[in-house]
Amino acid sequence: MRAFAELLDRLSLTASRNAKLTLVADYLRETPDPDRGWALAALTGDLSFAAAKPTFIRKAVEDRMDPLLFRWSYDYVGDLAETVALVWPARPGANREPELAEVIDALRGATRPEVQQLIEGWLDALEPTGRWALLKLMTGGLRVGVSARLAKQAVADLGGVPVSEVEEVWHALHAPYEDLFSWLEGRSDRPRPDSPGRFRPTMLAQALDEAVDFGRLDPADYAAEWKWDGIRVQAVNEEGVRRLYTRNGDDISKTFPDVLQVLDFEGALDGELLVMGDDGVASFGDLQQRLNRKTVDAKLMAKHPAGIRAYDLLAEGGEDTRVLPFRDRRVRLEAFVGRLATPRIDLSPLQPFETWAELAALRASPPPGDPQIAEGLMLKRWDSLYEAGRPKGPWFKWKRDPFLIDAVLMYAQRGHGKRSSFYSDYTFGVWTQVEGKRALTPVGKAYFGFTDEELKLIDKFVRDNTLERFGPVRSVKAQPHFGLVFEVAFEGLQRSTRHKSGVAMRFPRIHRIRWDKPAGEADELATLERMLAQMEKVSAPPAP
Amino acid sequence: MIKPEALLRPTPAGLYCPPGDFYVDPVRPVDRAVITHGHSDHARAGHGAVLATPETLAIMAERYGAGFAGATEAAAYGKPVHRDAVEVTLVPAGHVLGSAQAVVAWKGLTMVVSGDYKRRRDPTCAAFEPVPCDVFITEATFGLPVFHHPPDSGEIARLLRSVAQFPERSHLVGAYALGKAQRVICLLRAAGWDKTIFVHGALERLNRLYEDHGIDLGPLEPATVATKQDFAGAIVIGPPSALQDRWSRRFPDPVQAFASGWMQVRARARQRGTELPLVISDHADWDELTATVDELRPGELWITHGREEALARWAQLHDIKARALALVGYDDDEEDG
Repeated sequence: MRAFAELLDRLSLTASRNAKLTLVADYLRETPDPDRGWALAALTGDLSFAAAKPTFIRKAVEDRMDPLLFRWSYDYVGDLAETVALVWPARPGANREPELAEVIDALRGATRPEVQQLIEGWLDALEPTGRWALLKLMTGGLRVGVSARLAKQAVADLGGVPVSEVEEVWHALHAPYEDLFSWLEGRSDRPRPDSPGRFRPTMLAQALDEAVDFGRLDPADYAAEWKWDGIRVQAVNEEGVRRLYTRNGDDISKTFPDVLQVLDFEGALDGELLVMGDDGVASFGDLQQRLNRKTVDAKLMAKHPAGIRAYDLLAEGGEDTRVLPFRDRRVRLEAFVGRLATPRIDLSPLQPFETWAELAALRASPPPGDPQIAEGLMLKRWDSLYEAGRPKGPWFKWKRDPFLIDAVLMYAQRGHGKRSSFYSDYTFGVWTQVEGKRALTPVGKAYFGFTDEELKLIDKFVRDNTLERFGPVRSVKAQPHFGLVFEVAFEGLQRSTRHKSGVAMRFPRIHRIRWDKPAGEADELATLERMLAQMEKVSAPPAP
Repeated sequence: MIKPEALLRPTPAGLYCPPGDFYVDPVRPVDRAVITHGHSDHARAGHGAVLATPETLAIMAERYGAGFAGATEAAAYGKPVHRDAVEVTLVPAGHVLGSAQAVVAWKGLTMVVSGDYKRRRDPTCAAFEPVPCDVFITEATFGLPVFHHPPDSGEIARLLRSVAQFPERSHLVGAYALGKAQRVICLLRAAGWDKTIFVHGALERLNRLYEDHGIDLGPLEPATVATKQDFAGAIVIGPPSALQDRWSRRFPDPVQAFASGWMQVRARARQRGTELPLVISDHADWDELTATVDELRPGELWITHGREEALARWAQLHDIKARALALVGYDDDEEDG
């Protein structure tokens, strides 16, 4: 338990992806079975047991100490699990510290009242970091900034294999994954990935470089289709096992029972998960209402019905079609989707074209309807096999040009890790009228899109023009006659009640730094509101 | 029995002793001061006469220059001196080199001003000595039951493990320039780290002062760009403020560590961008505070600064009369700790 606790503790404060990979891989290398397997399951979210309620934990601690002292402690620390971990009165001579596997074994077989008794005994035996880790494990959700994908990458690093090889076998394995570690450490063969309903590692596209790629690519070699603006998914039904996966192999079946219900086929589809109304595809904002929910109610499903727009066919009736060229897979896909009797799975249509110029024109002005809110175009070589990962050459994504506005730097926050001595996270705003006066209102935050050299210059600007400091944040001088203007690029706008300005940007980043532009000439909030109205008009049902 | 307030009373300038006409750790210039230890919030320049341990006087001279006070008087640990009718004895507090509790006795009444203190072993200073008293005046910097400082050897082991895990990065340890930095260096040496430790310029004079007092710090070098040193795999120690300053950019992808009692609380570490919090404190934690009060069982407990209300509550629950003085001017902030 101590090594696992130390791992979580470090992960929770580590920002760099590489450092996280090192920490997880080192832990997996140094920790024996079965502890490391349970830890891996905890990190990937593949553990389940009767969780303890936070209210129980609070009550347990208040039975042991003065409630007023507990309240002051909680007020100071701000996090219940952490407070309890710190204030739990040590009991000298308590039991020895439990191993992680012991904890998990006991929990998996226990009822809730039993769980509560177990926890109290363990809390007595552990030191504060161990107690904190135990409580995080118990109350569900580690939240230490490690995705399932990152944990699997660390596993792959351990064995020196591509992560797709781990992903492909993942859903055939069960915690504590002794067969997985045995394979990665060269003690046995790779586990067979052939369990029905398994995930197949996704094929991803490279970004197209217009300046280079059009000169060397032959348009006749490529098919084009829209890049739909939802989330990439894989839908599988094999021998009655129905699954919906994200492109990283996270199982999201429970979040989308309505989609699972319509998978009346035998095979595996690659496609885009979208909210599909009667009048076409809804915006990404609508899909977001459905994402990241553990359970889903009928009302929400009726309001935002989800479906799949199919891109590719990975398996059909027990046959692996990934080894076929895209041209053949496409023919099979069209027939496959055509046989399905549901409007909730449709086909992503190909866009015929002769020349790159023709395609560029299509991308610049998409026809009315769904393509208006597509993210851009995809190019796929007719002869490409379906390969895991992001191979160079067969597939390209060609995103539509981003939206651009000029905004003024308002606040800067210190970065993390390598950037901790730099003010590298920027909140920017646009002009609006507040009580009859022109004032800035924040519209977004961005922390990339600039070079290291530019970062140094912005950092200096922030330090030289600080108005106030709030912990790691500085407010920066920003007035009509003085301020720093960023040209900000973003992918779309949504209405937001959480932002004072009422709008939220998707994927904002610094596009250019306009040292030359007077702050007073930056954009107005009204400009963003007009953009938003335009986007909503496109995705709204057409007028009768 | 005379009232304690006749011997020591809180004033805006600090604790004042009318019969001895002196202040303890005054926060503004006064005629006569007794200084418990060299941290700048307790030891300020510009007093008329200063009574302190020889080590504290040396620290003050190093920080403020030789003329930091009109006159100075050195009192060795355990040697009583008189301020008019009042007897003052400086007794080790275990906080930093030269730190002392001021034991103030007059007409049969004994009051102990602890200054800042801790109870655990520290290779850089003399250990705290409990003195029976009528009134114990304690700090409460970490006066909440959340603060339990773990054994410092374990924290140093975490630092060394991280150095081994990330050999391509340097480890920057933020440590208060007086006391904490030298203690961390000594702990590293005790754990077997015998390589050169690189130090920020702000630490150099105090390191030398500690060495002059017989505390061996091993091989140190300034962490300057001029040394053209590859800092990969190195441990570098600097004052906390320097860690997020432009100074830190010379190091390769540094792991930011910070040695402080505040690092017990994750939000504090996160707020500073600390990647490796080391819970090493020169103050008493909750257990040390309550154990000390319990050991002394003073007639009254006065609490100078920190989280007075929680310690007062604890004292009340344990039938000890407690009073929060709410003195201002002593940093309860994260630089020290």
